[in-house]
Amino acid sequence: MPHRWGMAVDLDRCTGCEACVTACHAENNIPTVGPEQAARGRAMHWIRVERYWEGDFPDVRLKFRPVMCQQCDAAPCEPVCPTYASHHTADGLNAQVYNRCIGTRYCANACPYNVRFFDFFNPQWPKPLHLQLNPDVSVREVGVMEKCTFCVQRISAVRTQAKAETREIKDGDIKPACAQACPAKALVFGDLNDPESEVSRLSRSPRGSKLLDDLGTLPKVTYLARPSDS
Amino acid sequence: MSKDSARRISAMNEDLLRPLVETSWRFWLLVAVLGSIVATGLGTWAYQMYRGFGMTGINMPIYWAFYITTFVFWIGISHAGTLISAILRLVNAGWRRPVTRCAEVITAFALMIGAMFPIIHLGRPWLFFWLMPYPNQRMIWPNFRSPLVWDFFAISTYLTGSLLFLLLPMIPDLALVRDKTTGWRHRVYGVLALGWQGTPKQWHRLESAMQIMAIAIIPVAVSVHTIVSFDFSMAPVPMWHSAIFGPYFVAGAIFSGIAALIIAMAALRKFLHLEEYLHPVHFQNLGKLMLMMSLLWTYFIFNERLTVWYGNASAEREVFLVTQRGSFAPLFWTMVACNFAIPFVILSIKKLRTITGCVIASFTVVIGMWLERFLIVVPSLGHKYLPYTWGHYRPRPVEIIIVASTFAAMVLLYVLFSKLVPIISIWELKVGEHFVADATPQEAAEHPLLKAHP
Repeated sequence: MPHRWGMAVDLDRCTGCEACVTACHAENNIPTVGPEQAARGRAMHWIRVERYWEGDFPDVRLKFRPVMCQQCDAAPCEPVCPTYASHHTADGLNAQVYNRCIGTRYCANACPYNVRFFDFFNPQWPKPLHLQLNPDVSVREVGVMEKCTFCVQRISAVRTQAKAETREIKDGDIKPACAQACPAKALVFGDLNDPESEVSRLSRSPRGSKLLDDLGTLPKVTYLARPSDS
Repeated sequence: MSKDSARRISAMNEDLLRPLVETSWRFWLLVAVLGSIVATGLGTWAYQMYRGFGMTGINMPIYWAFYITTFVFWIGISHAGTLISAILRLVNAGWRRPVTRCAEVITAFALMIGAMFPIIHLGRPWLFFWLMPYPNQRMIWPNFRSPLVWDFFAISTYLTGSLLFLLLPMIPDLALVRDKTTGWRHRVYGVLALGWQGTPKQWHRLESAMQIMAIAIIPVAVSVHTIVSFDFSMAPVPMWHSAIFGPYFVAGAIFSGIAALIIAMAALRKFLHLEEYLHPVHFQNLGKLMLMMSLLWTYFIFNERLTVWYGNASAEREVFLVTQRGSFAPLFWTMVACNFAIPFVILSIKKLRTITGCVIASFTVVIGMWLERFLIVVPSLGHKYLPYTWGHYRPRPVEIIIVASTFAAMVLLYVLFSKLVPIISIWELKVGEHFVADATPQEAAEHPLLKAHP
């Protein structure tokens, strides 16, 4: 049975510390664009922590929501790509083939979650940052789209290892950088096709919901509400 | 044929062939000015590619803006020609004769310019050919589910069709130029005239071919702008995802197309001294057509916005409010003034529906229709579902220069074309002449329309 990778995000545990954001940048060779470009709206964060304030001062409440690619089963970004750069893999990931991307940016417009990012310039890593580039992840040139891959390089590394050891992939073997870095263990990754996996168990929780569920995109990320909210 | 009409025909030949053989210094000055603006535009595009796409004002989440707006705008302008002239030919409107070629040329050039924009706006424009199905060793096809691929096929079909539609009725005129000139012109136009001798068989074939093209081009023209609207309506973006977009875009396209045609005709009339051939009645008739399209456009936008406001879905409401009352409101109300209020007043009052009046109304419509496309593209992208990712857009010099230079490119191509080919279809005018002189009953010839323009 093929895998179906998914994630559960426990909003009750998230403290909004942004360790996931930093880890993601380091793992996936995501360039930082500097304050000027960031002010122009060119900052790239494959995962971001959205902050929403509720109520009027002094009765304000802060809510955090880490948002990354929702790896939709019916992803609006995929059919609109004219070159198949954005496509669905056998294990349900929304893959982005950088070399096939010509930069129409149509996928990013179609994405209701705004989790696709465009390389406006060739990326730069001022010394000594170039020494920390992850050799398992390709860097992207100017003019292509990029997005969260669920750390596909880690998934394939574990798959290769498991195959070499002629065993199945165990639940918890694979940890994307964001989940690994989360001190509160708010992010849980795993195989949704395995009913016993932790991510499957959490996704079935009555606290669970999908982001913008009514759009029918069938995301594979489940958000678990804070009990005080539900 | 009466003596009078023979004299008119020889005057026609002389008037309409004059721009081809006589060139003043003003022409070269105009070409130099326009050419340098176009060269600046091309240089700016090269600069954008060299420095990176970030030289534009595009950002997350407004990934489409000036370039796509202008793309839709030019494809809209292209509906001037072929569609209008095909309809006028099919209903056999006598007043069409001096208008058709001016219109068809707009189509050809506006499509060529419009089709550049999806390439200019690419992140990696040097790979644009990946949109086309071509044999390659990797056996990869384009994604036929993508509206951008539909666009590629729709626009290339329309361009091929409108070029044929433009070239077919040019053949007898090119033969006329061949016969009336000597030297290199005689040889060049001899090749272009494709061996036209004016035999009955050739005339018969030309008429059949033109009839077939006039019928075939109408569904193609309608489908092209519908497919351009699909670029937006297929995506789940608030206020893009709307079934009204197809007809709304087609109506808007014809509307802006008529405006472009009126401007082009007025310019030709003035600069090539074609007062004899382009009469006030032509502008009045086109003005009436534009008035009708203005009302139709207003009807569509009223429908679109009323249903969104009444439906009050949360995401749509935000886009609605930001255009209606928020930061885009000044542009929105300018658009309403340009597309409805001003043309409605000018074109519905008979006294104001003069050539000058029609031209003023046309300029406001062209501005208004560009704004309309901008207001479709940008506010929706800036206000998608998650408020955390809302954004703003401000064009940067690169985009403004490139967009502005395409207007110069349009004028330049038009000027060069009218230097090389009679911009008014001479043989069709002559057919109209015969029609009045020989075949029309006396009382029909007395009709004001035929009097004003036989």
